[in-house]
Amino acid sequence: MTRHPIFNNFLTAAISYGGDAANLQLQKVDLTEMEIKADGSDGSLVLIKQGAEARVFESTFVGRRCIVKERFSKKYRHPTLDSKLTIKRLNAEARCMTKARRLGVATPVLYAVDPVMHTLTFEYVEGPSVKDIFLGFGLVGVDDERMTDIATQIGNAIGKLHDGGLVHGDLTTSNMLMRSAANQLVLIDFGLSFTSTLPEDKAVDLYVLERALLSMHSSCGNVMDQILAGYKKSSKQWSSTFNKLAQVRQRGRKRTMVG
Amino acid sequence: MKEKKFIALGFEGSANKIGVGVVALDGTILSNPRHTYITPPGHGFLPRETAQHHHQHVLPLVKSALETAGVTPDEIDCLCYTKGPGMGAPLQVAAVVVRVLSQLWKKPIVGVNHCVAHIEMGRIVTGADDPVVLYVSGGNTQVIAYSEGRYRIFGETIDIAVGNCLDRFARVLTLSNDPSPGYNIEQLAKKGEKFIELPYVVKGMDVSFSGILSYIEATAEEKLKNNECTPADLCFSLQETLFAMLVEITERAMAHCDKKDVLIVGGVGCNERLQQMMQIMCSERGGKLFATDDRYCIDNGAMIAYTGLLEYANGASTPMEESTFTQRFRTDEVLATWREKESAKV
Repeated sequence: MTRHPIFNNFLTAAISYGGDAANLQLQKVDLTEMEIKADGSDGSLVLIKQGAEARVFESTFVGRRCIVKERFSKKYRHPTLDSKLTIKRLNAEARCMTKARRLGVATPVLYAVDPVMHTLTFEYVEGPSVKDIFLGFGLVGVDDERMTDIATQIGNAIGKLHDGGLVHGDLTTSNMLMRSAANQLVLIDFGLSFTSTLPEDKAVDLYVLERALLSMHSSCGNVMDQILAGYKKSSKQWSSTFNKLAQVRQRGRKRTMVG
Repeated sequence: MKEKKFIALGFEGSANKIGVGVVALDGTILSNPRHTYITPPGHGFLPRETAQHHHQHVLPLVKSALETAGVTPDEIDCLCYTKGPGMGAPLQVAAVVVRVLSQLWKKPIVGVNHCVAHIEMGRIVTGADDPVVLYVSGGNTQVIAYSEGRYRIFGETIDIAVGNCLDRFARVLTLSNDPSPGYNIEQLAKKGEKFIELPYVVKGMDVSFSGILSYIEATAEEKLKNNECTPADLCFSLQETLFAMLVEITERAMAHCDKKDVLIVGGVGCNERLQQMMQIMCSERGGKLFATDDRYCIDNGAMIAYTGLLEYANGASTPMEESTFTQRFRTDEVLATWREKESAKV
């Protein structure tokens, strides 16, 4: 198998980020190489976020600005379990991201998948995260109208995903971007996504979002209601999902109950 | 005149342990005896028998706690007890004893949330300031962080607790319940070599263990009969899978609320493999792990006394008519008034 030369380039660089003691030597060599390429030419990787499961780099792919997401191994996990989970989530992410696009929900365009290095390469989306917009609620440029627009778009998008049998699995406001040019909602991070047609899974998906909104954006008012209104419009199966959502809200152990 | 030193007597009896502790407000534990109800291998503890056990042991424990601590009932400022959550019948024992003593000795009562008590004990023993707390025991599995006056639950189990899953698997293998089924699984797991794949169930920030238990209960017998694996392999694989799930949701909570340190409390928190895995995760993130040993991890009277004393020193106490107990008592229902004052001091 021949790889595109640029691709090869950032793969070697990715190894150096592994942080493994055995790679120390390699790391040194590659870091100098990186410095030379620090002007942002093809192949350089700039770390922009270290998440719980992956490192996210900014790079270029055949001349386009792109994001490289590398899933790294978790040393606390048993190796068998670790490789099973890493591959499963990498594949799920690639599949679900493309499936979401087919369902008419904007996601970054997937450029490449590398199952050996556990990397995904996809389009760089220009724009702020919904989290940042919501945190700026009440400040310049973020008024009720803008909030309603975003909330409706979120509801629409989730409705389309769910009707197509796709569950995002990690709906938080940091996993939603607003593409600046088109004011269009883009969903990212499909690492926990899976396909399902069960109302249960869809309801849990919405419940995760509801709790995330409560803990981060309690000052934003009735965003969740607006999201659910948008969802109701775009999803044909909204009623079974909403019924289940009411049940899911009652869960959690040791809640005070009457009767 | 010597400054008055607050002293509390605490009663814990929410599960199969009855404990009485004497504690001062600075966290000094003057005494902390407890007695555990141990059932034969293959059996769990049932509410009625557990309550009977507590009845038999509670008064001798009070006497020995006071003797060891060298205090008289006069010197005690308040009586604290576990109000919940836990099993109804065992909880009742501590609640009744506290009411009687309160009237005999004319002392105020403070009802304490069991989960919050674990957290506060862990904080004072380890010196962790503002960690993400993983509370894992036979009845609870929660990832907790303090925010705006309350201990908020970020992730939790949606069905059974992790300790319950381990205990019930120990019954399948008929492991001894002495000193605890979880301890015996841990020892056996050290001899395990082969990793058997089990379901791995993380739902967002929450986890689920009942499916894993059903799976391993259904397949264990067959696998053992065919010599596919040993009981040690099963214990090893179960621990690896369950703990990986716990570390994963803890890490998520850390990323979500931007905290660096982790504190593990609760009975399962004694497990050294869990501590080791959490330690690796913490050091990868540049944080610290705080864990305690079995003296404080496992339910005890001192943690109830200390937490009750914190509340009492901040002006709270429970009137006699409200000194009830409840099986359902969420961690986030308690307003952690003392934490607000702590942060105000800084």
